[in-house]
Amino acid sequence: MAATSNGKANGATRWIGTRPVRPDGVDKVTGRARFGADVHLPNMLVGKVLRSPHAHARIRSIDASAALALPGVKTVTTRDDFNDLSSEFVPAGEMLVNYRDVVRNVMAREKALFEGHPVAAVAAVSEKVAREALALIDVDYEVLPHVLDVVDAMAPDAPLLHEDMITAGVEPTPTKPSNIAKVVEFKLGDVAEGFAEADIVIEREFSTQPVHQGYIEPHSCIANYSEDGQAELWCTTQGHFVVRGHCAKLLGMDVSKLRVTASEIGGGFGGKTVVYLEPVALMLSRKSGQPVKMTMSREEVFRASGPAAGTRVWVKIGMTNDGRITAGEAVLKYQAGAFQGSPVQPGCMCAFAPYDLNHVKVVGYDVLVNRPKVAAYRAPGAPQSEFAVESVVDELAKRIGMDPVELRLKNAAKQGTKAAYGPTFGPVGLVETLEEAKAHEHYRAPLKEGQGRGVASGFWFNIGGETCATLNLGEDGTIALVAGTPDIGGSRASLCLQAAETLGVDVERIRPLIGDTSTLGYTFLTGGSRTAFASGMAVVEAGKDMIRQLCERAAKVWDIPVDAVEWADGEARPAGSNAGEFDPLSLADLARLAGKTGGPFVGRAQINAQGAGPSFGTHIVDVDVDRETGRVTIERYTVIQDAGTAVHPSYVEGQLQGGAVQGIGWALNEEYIYDDKGRLQNPGFLDYRIPVCSDVPMIDTVIVEVPNPTHPYGVRGVGETPIVPPMAAIANAVEDALGMRFMDLPMSPPRVLKALEDARIAEAA
Amino acid sequence: MAKAHVTTTVNGDPVEFLCDAEQTLLDVLRDELYLTGSKEGCGSGDCGACSVIVDDRLVCACLMLGVEAEGHSIETIEGMANGDQLHPLQTKFLEHAALQCGVCTPGILVAAKSLLERNPDPTEIEVRYWLAGNLCRCTGYDKIVRAVLDTAQEMRGG
Repeated sequence: MAATSNGKANGATRWIGTRPVRPDGVDKVTGRARFGADVHLPNMLVGKVLRSPHAHARIRSIDASAALALPGVKTVTTRDDFNDLSSEFVPAGEMLVNYRDVVRNVMAREKALFEGHPVAAVAAVSEKVAREALALIDVDYEVLPHVLDVVDAMAPDAPLLHEDMITAGVEPTPTKPSNIAKVVEFKLGDVAEGFAEADIVIEREFSTQPVHQGYIEPHSCIANYSEDGQAELWCTTQGHFVVRGHCAKLLGMDVSKLRVTASEIGGGFGGKTVVYLEPVALMLSRKSGQPVKMTMSREEVFRASGPAAGTRVWVKIGMTNDGRITAGEAVLKYQAGAFQGSPVQPGCMCAFAPYDLNHVKVVGYDVLVNRPKVAAYRAPGAPQSEFAVESVVDELAKRIGMDPVELRLKNAAKQGTKAAYGPTFGPVGLVETLEEAKAHEHYRAPLKEGQGRGVASGFWFNIGGETCATLNLGEDGTIALVAGTPDIGGSRASLCLQAAETLGVDVERIRPLIGDTSTLGYTFLTGGSRTAFASGMAVVEAGKDMIRQLCERAAKVWDIPVDAVEWADGEARPAGSNAGEFDPLSLADLARLAGKTGGPFVGRAQINAQGAGPSFGTHIVDVDVDRETGRVTIERYTVIQDAGTAVHPSYVEGQLQGGAVQGIGWALNEEYIYDDKGRLQNPGFLDYRIPVCSDVPMIDTVIVEVPNPTHPYGVRGVGETPIVPPMAAIANAVEDALGMRFMDLPMSPPRVLKALEDARIAEAA
Repeated sequence: MAKAHVTTTVNGDPVEFLCDAEQTLLDVLRDELYLTGSKEGCGSGDCGACSVIVDDRLVCACLMLGVEAEGHSIETIEGMANGDQLHPLQTKFLEHAALQCGVCTPGILVAAKSLLERNPDPTEIEVRYWLAGNLCRCTGYDKIVRAVLDTAQEMRGG
């Protein structure tokens, strides 16, 4: 492993930066951990969804009478059970959802808008009976022309998904409907002026295909709705408070009547920030009066849960002969899927974020197509736009013969840079990652014949948001930590470390729990790389709250003023000799005395975490291209990223490694393939090939620590940035190896082979 | 159709169960025997999350029928630790932080155990190809491969 930080950039810390075994670890290596599908309830039914076989069709009628007559079928639900909802945008991860659309995505109303769109659902005594029942539901479809590609969908004569969709964000307001939901624009300076200053201008067009988050655990839930209108829901989700809100809205419930428990979550990457099965399971449970369990098959996951947007991106960058970038311009067209809300806005905002530029213009189009509604996927929107920009920057560097890291250093965003999307950066670590890259042995290592090396940088904002945490002190001085952000990759370990640091107690004395929606105040979901930052901040605040209480009790025991008590190394001490001579009171001492001094100790925090520090990363990759098969092999890979402070460095490294390998899949293999009827042809892991163990080398990591000044220990989110640079880094490496630049992803063997053959033919001619 | 009566051995214990002809071994383990440590990630043998050992052979439980378990010996993740003693692979996975969400972990541990029983001194390449049928979307495999290699070394007494 390459040099990694001990996480102590911010001064002496005892727990931050150490690597204890995670508190949920043993459960996960023994099979004991309970994920979404691992729970059974007495009297439980199985729910299954009937899905549209058509990419676009009007639903004339649905007749479920034959299904309902089948023995063992308890109930059927369709659009008729869900009240229509008016247009209302609410946050979901870094993206927005509209309830008018959510209710239609969960259960088709007027039309089926993509192959796999739910049309009806059945609850029956077994999966076998439920499947038989699905086949008995008669749906009368009027098949309509469909559209899959953004360019086709933007054409004036394109089939319309929503006949009343008027493009927002353009003046004057269009009079005719279209598939363009929204146009967004970000401008800084005047690009015309910037391009006039340039000696070299390069413009290129790129495309990326929809890719799936590919979490190994399919969506799953159990709903248990009782006759008094209360319900409990167990589900795999990145945010059970968000699930509660969405489900309560769709079912017309008070949120207090719906208690949602987040199971262990088997991966999400943004894809488990929305609801699919949960409202349907609640409806089936409400109608049947029995618990209902629903689990998607892998095929359903691919066909009907959110991929990342496929895109078309045009980029134009101007530069002087000495390597100063003078202007950047881009047009982004992102697939939203069947409902508006692609991540084109963050895509626009991130496109040029790694650069300190005076003149930027980015325009983005949110375009509806007959595909599943896209969901967040790790830095949603950013990988696609930054792939394009980082590819053009590499070409510019080659054009003037400048080292691509030097070119980036010369133009890098840093503290004080005004980003094109608005804010002025505080302390950020891009320059540091570039300096580390330049100095890294990997960057200087000799390449073998036929291999190529590429670099690229990447940016993600990171977010904060509404967050609660509670620390319950047990009577023996140990602590139960309750957080509301589902732990998707080791965050319980990180939260315990932050609590241990604050309280000055051994991390082993703190046991974490992800509380259900009734045990904590509203807490936004795990997403936006916010958990270690925002739940961490809440835990630190809760720790400080507990320390205040502990000091008050010590003051009471000693009969001295509370400001004469200090908390250090996990115990209350008199603050200096003037306070008096008393033996320190430890956490355990004070816990034992709780009943006599005023009652139990509970540290609480309810915050709206602000000041998430953005994270930059720089990746170096070596590739080998097999000229006979077109296969690109990753020979060596190094991820360098600013973590602010690495709380548990092993899990920071894990984020960097995992994000890079997802990016490798995006770059080289992964894509949704449709037939001419708009039906997905590769809804399984055999044909939608994510990287397997033998596809990749070790992924070296270098953690840079430029502390985030708004977090008590300097933490920045780290989870999303690592998926941003790989596509461009690999394309740049392939270009280095072959002298051919790929602007369309994935660089799969057939595509690479075709390019090689085309070049051979051109050369021969 | 009447359910089949199957007599088998699971994690060393004699087990009897009734199952439908079309139920997979994975369905039986999870829904009849409540051994939910084996996971269904795909149902088509592509992800390895349901890896179990049947008579010393590594198989995807989703690709075998429950009735085919008759007379065979099945080992699942629930049988990997010896009482309160974790298997060395389990310990090393924790030390190396070789898991994030943990849903693929049971299958990977079962597969890795099967590898080390055949080959106590695998190379990195051998580990990578043996585990190529076990998908992990979180870790990028780096820490998993290191944990397996480290376990092998420790079990060899090195």
